[in-house]
Amino acid sequence: MTLEALADLKIEIEKNVPGAVVEIITNPSVSAQHSLLIDNAHGLAVAMFLRDAPELKLDYCSNVTGIDWPAREMSEKTKVKKMVEGPDGPVEKDVDEVRKWTTPAYLEVVYHLYSMTLGTGPVILRLRTGDRGENVQVPSFFSVWRSCDLQEREVYDLYGMIFEGHPDLRRLLMWDEFTDWPMRRDYVDPDDYEYEPTAHDDVLKRAKVHYPAAAPTEGNA
Amino acid sequence: MSATAMLPPAAMLLDSEEGSQYLEISMGPHHPSTHGVFRMNVVLDGETVIKLKPVFGYLHRNHEKIAENETYLGSMPYTDRLDYFCSLTNNWGYALAVEKLAGIEVPERAEYIRVITAELTRLQNHASLVGFLMQDMGASGTPLMYAFREREKILDLFEALTGARMMCNYMRFGGCRCDLPAGWLDWAKKVVASFPKFLDEFETLLVGNEIIMARTQGVGVLSRELAISAGITGPMLRASGVNYDLRKVDKYGIYDRFSFRVPLGDHGDVYDRYMMRLLEMRESLKILDQAMKDIPEGPFTDPKTKVRNFRPKPGEAYGRIEAPKGELGYYLISDGSPNPYRYRVRPPSLINLTVLEDMCLGKNVADVVVTLGSIDIVLGEVDR
Repeated sequence: MTLEALADLKIEIEKNVPGAVVEIITNPSVSAQHSLLIDNAHGLAVAMFLRDAPELKLDYCSNVTGIDWPAREMSEKTKVKKMVEGPDGPVEKDVDEVRKWTTPAYLEVVYHLYSMTLGTGPVILRLRTGDRGENVQVPSFFSVWRSCDLQEREVYDLYGMIFEGHPDLRRLLMWDEFTDWPMRRDYVDPDDYEYEPTAHDDVLKRAKVHYPAAAPTEGNA
Repeated sequence: MSATAMLPPAAMLLDSEEGSQYLEISMGPHHPSTHGVFRMNVVLDGETVIKLKPVFGYLHRNHEKIAENETYLGSMPYTDRLDYFCSLTNNWGYALAVEKLAGIEVPERAEYIRVITAELTRLQNHASLVGFLMQDMGASGTPLMYAFREREKILDLFEALTGARMMCNYMRFGGCRCDLPAGWLDWAKKVVASFPKFLDEFETLLVGNEIIMARTQGVGVLSRELAISAGITGPMLRASGVNYDLRKVDKYGIYDRFSFRVPLGDHGDVYDRYMMRLLEMRESLKILDQAMKDIPEGPFTDPKTKVRNFRPKPGEAYGRIEAPKGELGYYLISDGSPNPYRYRVRPPSLINLTVLEDMCLGKNVADVVVTLGSIDIVLGEVDR
């Protein structure tokens, strides 16, 4: 979908779903698959509109997936013209200025929508959570597309997003007693393996941490 | 993790409201009809299914996380292990997504090789699926072995081309790993030419069989509306009468050059899904005939694409193909580094299982086995 078509769609959505906040997220890669960021409060209404509008008929939700965006330190170097005190008074000079900022941390869920009736698509929807800790609620599209059933369960299982309105939000691939979210970027493997101390340095190092008591004592062997 | 938590509970009795008792049984994960390690918790009222909950994850190894820590090309051999019956189409889906992400052109000859290998894959997948379905119905051995005999001929072709029968690891970004060896095309033509005879034999053996009709017609019916809403794809969707084949809709690769038809079902039952596979094999043969006649000489891979230190520009892409089991999609996000920031597989087998309970409610336990067999799942892809 081209950017112009997406801008038209954005206007159409805002007209038909009062109060909806829609933002176009551009995709700089060659694929040019741009997407729409929807606010969580109107997510369900927007999804219903996209499915039922006769000229869109996005009746098929192909892919649902999560993405983890932890806070990242970003820095950008820019050349800025500045007045600098020179030997003959102030002179204009190019100075490197480093701008540093931290990106907001959130989890994101992406929906790829197609129309089986019209053969069009994809329209890509994105929803974002408030942060990665407590505010991880997003609306569930289970009632709009049944194909979100297992896929939203998978996103919940691997990322820990809570899909509000999903009737059966359980873990899908991990076992029920598991407590962590394995696909998050900061996930650390639990150290509950039995290490076979093979002759690889990293394995030996981990085995040593894992079996502190079993470490051979000097002169005792 | 507690070891007992992974173990399925034994069959147990549940009290119903009317004072009688329901039987809850755990089918799988080692049940032969579940095609791998798949488990269903089935609640029965007598012989009738009143509840069915699939349990996943026995083969889960977090393929997506592993791919995020791997280079783009490094994930290519691992895609073979998703749907291990159809490694070549898995390769193609991934290559297509990366080509979309990085804007890589694929030379003509490579496109033809891709179509030929993908359609051969479809032939052997559908043939074995029909064999397995018969096996599930109790036709022990014979039809499956007939199918495997033909499948072996195609796997021999794959071995000559890629060095491996099943884990082919053949496609590359912008083409294929190597050119067709000398004499391969004539050999493939011979295999394809002998295939219709097998199909005729197979159909004579099975299509009019009274027991097959009794066991499959009107069983596991999936309505058109539910199929679309639940994102069902592949032969299962078309058996419900929805004309949606990505080879026609997206026309990825060079599929717009071939003339073939998309078979559609009427009733959406197990019999239709089974017939879909038989008819699609005939169409695949048509595509193969045309592709093997027209294949041009030329380079088999894009010479401008770097193999080492491959870093696509930041951005994202979703590429999808019509794999034998349904729509196989790959969603990639690049942040400019040598490994993908996000790598997602859209598994057709898993999503086709969404409606398993809907299709089985009110039927017998024996019908559950047949219905599951007609979905065509491979657990390597379901659990990833």
